[in-house]
Amino acid sequence: MNTQTNTQALRFEPDFKSRAHDALADPKLRKSFRGAMDFLQSKRTAMFPDDAELQALRDLGEAVRKHALANLPELLVQLEEKLSANGITVHWAETADEANEIILGIAQRHQAKRVIKGKSMASEEIELNHYLAEHGVNCVEADMGEYIVQLADEKPSHIIMPAVHKTKADIGELFEDKIPDTHYTEDVDELIQIGRRALRHQFMEADIGLSGVNFAAADTGTLWLVENEGNGRMVTTVPSVHIAIMGMEKVVAKLEHIVPMASLLPRSATGQMITTYFNLISSPRKPGEKDGPKEVHLVLLDNGRTQAFADDELRATLQCIRCGACMNHCPVYGRIGGHAYGTTYPGPIGKIISPHLLGLRATADLPTASTLCGACGEVCPVRIPIPQLLVRLRTEANRNPHEAVAHPLRGQGAKYRRSEKLVWRFWSGAFAHPAIYRVFRWAATRLRALTPKSQLGWTQHRTPLKPAEKSLADLLNERGQPE
Amino acid sequence: MNARERMLGKLRAAVPEAGRNLAADNATISQRIAAHYAERRRDTSVHERVTAMCSALTAIRAEPCVANELQWPALVVAELVKSGVKRLLLDTASAEGTALEAAIRKADADIETIRYEKNIEEWKSELFDTIDAGFCVARSGIAPLGTLIVVPDAAAPRTISLVPPLHIALVRASTLQLDMQSVAATEGWSNGMPTNLLMITGPSKTSDIQQVLAFGAHGPCRLMVVIVTDADA
Repeated sequence: MNTQTNTQALRFEPDFKSRAHDALADPKLRKSFRGAMDFLQSKRTAMFPDDAELQALRDLGEAVRKHALANLPELLVQLEEKLSANGITVHWAETADEANEIILGIAQRHQAKRVIKGKSMASEEIELNHYLAEHGVNCVEADMGEYIVQLADEKPSHIIMPAVHKTKADIGELFEDKIPDTHYTEDVDELIQIGRRALRHQFMEADIGLSGVNFAAADTGTLWLVENEGNGRMVTTVPSVHIAIMGMEKVVAKLEHIVPMASLLPRSATGQMITTYFNLISSPRKPGEKDGPKEVHLVLLDNGRTQAFADDELRATLQCIRCGACMNHCPVYGRIGGHAYGTTYPGPIGKIISPHLLGLRATADLPTASTLCGACGEVCPVRIPIPQLLVRLRTEANRNPHEAVAHPLRGQGAKYRRSEKLVWRFWSGAFAHPAIYRVFRWAATRLRALTPKSQLGWTQHRTPLKPAEKSLADLLNERGQPE
Repeated sequence: MNARERMLGKLRAAVPEAGRNLAADNATISQRIAAHYAERRRDTSVHERVTAMCSALTAIRAEPCVANELQWPALVVAELVKSGVKRLLLDTASAEGTALEAAIRKADADIETIRYEKNIEEWKSELFDTIDAGFCVARSGIAPLGTLIVVPDAAAPRTISLVPPLHIALVRASTLQLDMQSVAATEGWSNGMPTNLLMITGPSKTSDIQQVLAFGAHGPCRLMVVIVTDADA
């Protein structure tokens, strides 16, 4: 059950710790991320000058998402009924492979060779570009950041700002190298215009437009897309077929419930009151209408989400609206950047969602890559208790693999070690039995000279630990205040 | 069992109570949201809303202008001429389109007006490569945000406000609202949605390169918004 079949997991090399080590030693990368994180943090802070207002909105955001999750199976059925009535075809994909096959099937039915993509983390999650390319269908990313990352043959390092690790000089060189008739420039306006020109004919020529979905309303059958660039509108308007892919948790009960979410998302993500475009799609092109896709498909993706859903505590993971505020405020993410995580979703949200998508074996180090400082939970617009979930995932990773629990996680016990378990058993036993504890205390203080100089991980960067000459109880005794 | 049944089965096992109080809980949350926005709404005159809309639009680098029913067409024509627009895409059959065409003729401007007659597939490259500006009428707006609510239809399709580098939108001052919740409630979004509804706030933009804001990413590089007040205002 712990065998990793996911292609993404197989490409995680080397491990998290050495990737993090390399990232920390790269001053250019450190500078890019520090600059971007400071920028995004101050933009967000400026959006919420009134803390009471922020807390009131977070209350609403949390209530909307919790309500949606509490009724998820019903809402998905409603959404499917409504979308079908509106003329949109709904597909259900339990795994990444199933989602890829569904999308390839639609492409093949239309003899499509070219897909133009709006930003979609779900499509990154299933490695769609890779899969379609293997089957002769070419995907082009149209979001500027995603386009840059695709040209460089890399992966996004941030869910909102995919090319945050790159400088304008990097991008100038990349464009000169990869886009015909392009001269090197570091002028950002010029670079964006180069990207615009390069992608414009792709919108015209593409057979299929593929997008993600930010929110879906079950009552009206509406897909709500949030963006600034206009590429999302292009891919959902110009090609004659539109395929949307969405994590199954993103449905909400009513369209009007999205209103506060649509305020929280851009303010938390990029520090904007609202983005340039909210694009609400409820049906394919109707008779008489002159543009818009003639066919619209929605792929609902599970890919491990039902595992998080099964557990009352871990279900909160699925409240996420993918704003990225947690990573923007994370002291670990800000230092190692997105690529070190090796997962589609980096940062705090990545640490709590990836174990469900990929299993704990492939992600065992991620829940420990946190100082538990609590910043992520504090900024989360829908109040996901991220630090609490990290602790829970640590527990599951250290649980005996054979221990029977109500909702076992894939990869349970990935970090379990018998020796460590014994140490803890001794420790809790000593604390539970006063006589044993006293003996231990006596031995620890009197035999302190025998403390080893090398104490595994601790002494890699620190001086060895040594018990004090006298215990607290000894000191109290001397002052005439026995235990 | 297919994927749908398996996925739903797992979800239902985890929340067996799902759907039991759905309608009542939906209403409770809708009321909480409505109350949240109502508490923050204060009475404002149309004039104040227009002022708020203009400053929000300016802040996001859109180009607002205010004119009454009689003045606006000449104002738009002057801007089109100044911007060097040669081919303008619009719904010539609408009242606003007719007024704009008349003003173009009156000014003897060298601007060709083009009606969206064919399906996009039949003139894609002409649309992308030769149209300088698109004109459309917004259904309403959200003043403090500078947002336009645009509902494209057969006569004024979605690409008018997307493909040409200059987008000119007309919005009537009387339709300006204070927040999205009141737009959704007033327009009865819950009763059914059109094929596509857009909220447009400023010109297309991106900060994807080193957090530097640049305009004209994929959509219009410029957005001009004409706020039309009553003739006597």
